[in-house]
Amino acid sequence: MPTYKAPTREQKFLLHEVLELSRFSELESFKEADPEMIDAILEESAKFSEEVLTPLNRVGDEHGCVRNDDGSVTTPPGFHEAFTQMRQNGWMGLSADPKYGGQGLPGVLGIACGEMTSSANMAFTMYPGLTGGASKAISIGGSDVQKDLYLPKMYTGEWTGTMNLTESHCGTDLGLLKTKAVLQDNGTYKITGEKIFISAGDHDMSDNIIHLVLARIEGGPEGVKGISLFIVPKFTVDADGNVGAANGVTCGSLEEKMGIHGNSTCVMNFDDAVGELIGVEHKGLRVMFVMMNEARMGVGMQGLCQSEVSYQNAVIYANDRLQGRSLTGVKNENGPADPIIVHPDVRRMLMDARAFNEGGRAFLYWLALQEDLEKYSPDEKVRERADDFLGLMTPVIKGYLTDKGFENCVNAQQVYGGHGYIEEWGMSQFVRDARIAQIYEGANGIQALDLVGRKLARNGGRALMGISAEIAAFVKENEGDENLKPFMDGLSDAKNKLQTGTMWLMQNGMSNPDNAGAGSVDYMHMMGLAMLSYMWARMAKVAQTQIDAGTDDPFYADKIITGKYFIARMLPQIDAHLAKLHSGAEPVMALAADRF
Amino acid sequence: MKVLVPVKRVLDFNVKVRVKSDQSGVDLANVKMSMNPFDEISVEEAVRMQEAGTATETIAVSIGPEKCAETIRTSLAMGIDRGIHVKTDAEVEPLAVAKILKAIVEEEKPELVLLGKQAIDDDSNQTGQMLAALLGWPQATFANSITKDGDSLTVGREVDGGIQTIKVSLPAVVTVDLRLNEPRYASLPNIMKAKRKPIDAKTPDDYGVDISPRLTTLKVAEPAGRTAGVKVADAAELVSKLKEEGVI
Repeated sequence: MPTYKAPTREQKFLLHEVLELSRFSELESFKEADPEMIDAILEESAKFSEEVLTPLNRVGDEHGCVRNDDGSVTTPPGFHEAFTQMRQNGWMGLSADPKYGGQGLPGVLGIACGEMTSSANMAFTMYPGLTGGASKAISIGGSDVQKDLYLPKMYTGEWTGTMNLTESHCGTDLGLLKTKAVLQDNGTYKITGEKIFISAGDHDMSDNIIHLVLARIEGGPEGVKGISLFIVPKFTVDADGNVGAANGVTCGSLEEKMGIHGNSTCVMNFDDAVGELIGVEHKGLRVMFVMMNEARMGVGMQGLCQSEVSYQNAVIYANDRLQGRSLTGVKNENGPADPIIVHPDVRRMLMDARAFNEGGRAFLYWLALQEDLEKYSPDEKVRERADDFLGLMTPVIKGYLTDKGFENCVNAQQVYGGHGYIEEWGMSQFVRDARIAQIYEGANGIQALDLVGRKLARNGGRALMGISAEIAAFVKENEGDENLKPFMDGLSDAKNKLQTGTMWLMQNGMSNPDNAGAGSVDYMHMMGLAMLSYMWARMAKVAQTQIDAGTDDPFYADKIITGKYFIARMLPQIDAHLAKLHSGAEPVMALAADRF
Repeated sequence: MKVLVPVKRVLDFNVKVRVKSDQSGVDLANVKMSMNPFDEISVEEAVRMQEAGTATETIAVSIGPEKCAETIRTSLAMGIDRGIHVKTDAEVEPLAVAKILKAIVEEEKPELVLLGKQAIDDDSNQTGQMLAALLGWPQATFANSITKDGDSLTVGREVDGGIQTIKVSLPAVVTVDLRLNEPRYASLPNIMKAKRKPIDAKTPDDYGVDISPRLTTLKVAEPAGRTAGVKVADAAELVSKLKEEGVI
């Protein structure tokens, strides 16, 4: 049975020492969040994740969800109770607006807690996660009446939410969607159509489910210019928030999936269901895209989460499993063999995951903090800069963290040898669950296109110039520190290569867009590597300061060792990516389609 | 009924304990500390009593270094009303703890002191009993159930072979056992509210208690590792071996 221990020491290190949240104590959402409060919240969330959600992870995988004969959907045993506990204890409103009953705490703290619940149980965490996404859309685009009606009950989890975008013939290309909305005399719409892949689409855990549905208003423009966003509750809601009759929304079937079995992924049928328009007609995608940034950060987090939990279990196994002897002589004299953690190749897999987890977590929290700054900073320049970083880095967080996260899950499974392939050990579930994060919420190839095609050039490339300048200043500030030299050298190198790659894209992507397309995933990974180098350099600096001050906590020495591993063994990947980028479209496109 | 709930900050139950190289004690540097699990149960019981209207006020007490305030804060997040932190960096033995608690009882005048039957670090299982003796109060140890009727408590005690039910008159000291209840998870709003609940900072001197240790620790050592066993051919050999070893 796999286990999970929340990495609260790592989290505290990042929040207090690296990101120094206390710097922002003047900002609205940070006022309450002093270090002691943050620690108390992390510890309690850790306890809940470890003790309640972790044991349900395998249960969810084995039982899955069931669609009953009457069309209702039953979640795995224990999910309902755990969800009730989670929502009654107020966790769903952590960073939500206090005006609607939220706790108004920083989003970065929400990400830290989300990391723990999602490592413990990814499929479970999607129910509150989707509710967060749906309520976010209402808070961005909804009217005051809609906000008053829906947000308080979604922030307490009495009602949950979903996002209904995909149809069988349209995923990435939403312009093709067919679900239609017909205006009624009373100003509401009747929604008819079929949506697929709807996570948390129907279940037995809340009194109502608030579906956010993309549909085309009858007679509206074709393509993406005619898409509107609607609130379609499972049960109708009157003006006072009372739940009434069923609303023509049913789960047609459950998708059979590779992983995340504990989450009910539904085919949803809308038959003349009553819907309310959010925002303006035909402008639904605008709201959707703001919401999607947050969702993409959440999916990036899932990659990190599965990497972390599978790593933890691989470490336990590598210490327990006695097999063969160390290449450099017996290490476990009293045993029949040495634990496999003595073998360099096992180390390689564990260290890859560890260095990624710690660096990736720093990157994720850093970006989550940008969202808080964008939202709460009184300084327009700070807000603009934070918004720039959010735009540029969100596809990188999504694509890079989930690609590497999956790879690490596979490696953790590899550490188990044959047992990794046996379901009982739980490693297979981590691999299967992690896999979806590369696909949904915009496949990683789409993230890479979004990065090179849209985000990079926005505002004349201001975001990339901003982060490059920040990195250059950081390197300069730490010049001459011998202990930090490997980190600063690695970081400078990464920054320069990223710039080289960017220049190449500028020069060659315009003349032949396939050049940009062929190298986009490589470029996304280069940016991921450069950002992890930056995060490792910042973490190393904090750790080195503690070491210089004579700390007796081995945590800091471990940090330097792990960071050096990253620079020595993972960062060099950036050269391969740059070489592939430079090779352009030709090798990729040369073979004629009919010669495949 | 006013309830006093002493809580102890101990090594987290998940931590693998390491003995210091000089064998003077266990290594507490850089390890996770939490509330003694038995004390979590007494906190939960006190909060339930308050929710049921049996308890009118609940007060948590912790004795020890600065960080014990966090342990008190944890109990406040679970629902305890206020805290008293008796600060000291010295080692406090059960007798010293009992004496300080006695002084606090005389000041606060609770009708019930509800505490864990023992702490998972030193496993002394003494504080409750000593406190009852010092106060001259009745005691009910290893509580598995507690009900209040009038001026007395009916307490089910976990004893070898089952549950013994006794009645104690109030005021009383009750120590709680593992199966009394399942402690709750603190809710997020309550964690935030706990910040605003008062914790009085005191020292042993404030209560005139001499906390100097009465015991001397000679040596702390890891338990000896298990040695390899032997296979016996039959039951007769097993019995003779056991006799040889003086076991039977």
